[in-house]
Amino acid sequence: MNTIVVGQLQRQFQDYIVSLYQQGYLDNQFTELRKLQDEGSPDFVAEVVSLFFDDCAKVINDMSTSLERPDHVDFKQVDSGVHQLKGSSSSVGARRVKNVCIAFKECCDVQNREGCLRCLQQVDYEYKMLKTKLQDLFNLEQQILQAGGTIPQVSMN
Amino acid sequence: MQYQKRSTPFSSNPQSLFSLVDMAEVLLPEMLDISNDTSSLTSSQELLHVLAVDDSMVDRKFIERLLRVSSCKVTVVDSATRALQYLGLDGENGSVGFEDLKINLIMTDYSMPGMTGYELLKKIKESSIFREIPVVIMSSENILPRIDRCLEEGAEDFLLKPVKLADVKRLRDSLMKAEERAFKNMMHKRELEVNDIYSQLKRAKI
Repeated sequence: MNTIVVGQLQRQFQDYIVSLYQQGYLDNQFTELRKLQDEGSPDFVAEVVSLFFDDCAKVINDMSTSLERPDHVDFKQVDSGVHQLKGSSSSVGARRVKNVCIAFKECCDVQNREGCLRCLQQVDYEYKMLKTKLQDLFNLEQQILQAGGTIPQVSMN
Repeated sequence: MQYQKRSTPFSSNPQSLFSLVDMAEVLLPEMLDISNDTSSLTSSQELLHVLAVDDSMVDRKFIERLLRVSSCKVTVVDSATRALQYLGLDGENGSVGFEDLKINLIMTDYSMPGMTGYELLKKIKESSIFREIPVVIMSSENILPRIDRCLEEGAEDFLLKPVKLADVKRLRDSLMKAEERAFKNMMHKRELEVNDIYSQLKRAKI
């Protein structure tokens, strides 16, 4: 094991994950997720967020259909979708996605179709952005493990 | 014949009284090993079995892991209807065969399509077999009237989502304490019964 390489990778990992928290992509709940990961379940976080992203894609697609026709918007369906996304983003610590959902709900409550469409676009952007960021993070994890090192426990206070 | 431990002598019919006193002696609290160590209550083989109900796939995966990490046996279902099926409360088979189902805790999401967690709570509290099982409601919304309603209906606790490891730990600890209390109450009751037997024996002037 090349300890210098491992050390570098670990520092890179630490800096990257801290930046994700600082830029508001992730919150405390992501830390909770990481607590549940161990040698017995080394892919837990990746599995949960994968489920989350699949959920996002599907729900966004459904909401898009509901919002399509200006004269015939199913706000109930949209509200249900937003509720679902808000819940799951909250459970995985996807802070930006969650915040968009809060604004999205407000547009839905007043039946503002334009507002809803804007939020829909934003939530789509945010989840895809997070997906890319987390993919980079997981890649770093893999590199550390392959180099024979361990994933650092990062505490955000 | 003098009975060593109690100074009053036998009177009539020593045979039947013998067995009574034998029994009473066995039940003497000092002779039972009532240690203060209640860790054997839920032995390492007997994990807390939790039934978790949530319509969100992400939340199901999360709560399942949360509970496993907290040393619980977990059964997860995706709806209140399925939970009722699992418990045998869906009216299909009656409760035949479900008396042996050992569930220590039910954790359910509040907002679910079809039947809500609140409605599930009510159904469980109506059941003679399962009404004693603590039910915890989880919700992403901090709505006070909702919380009150659930607690009034007999919910053990109300957890705000997202649920944390510390929440589950607190839940576990309070359930263990409740079991400990129940155990102590049971032993106290036994003690009272034993004392009662002795009083009866005394009155019978043994």
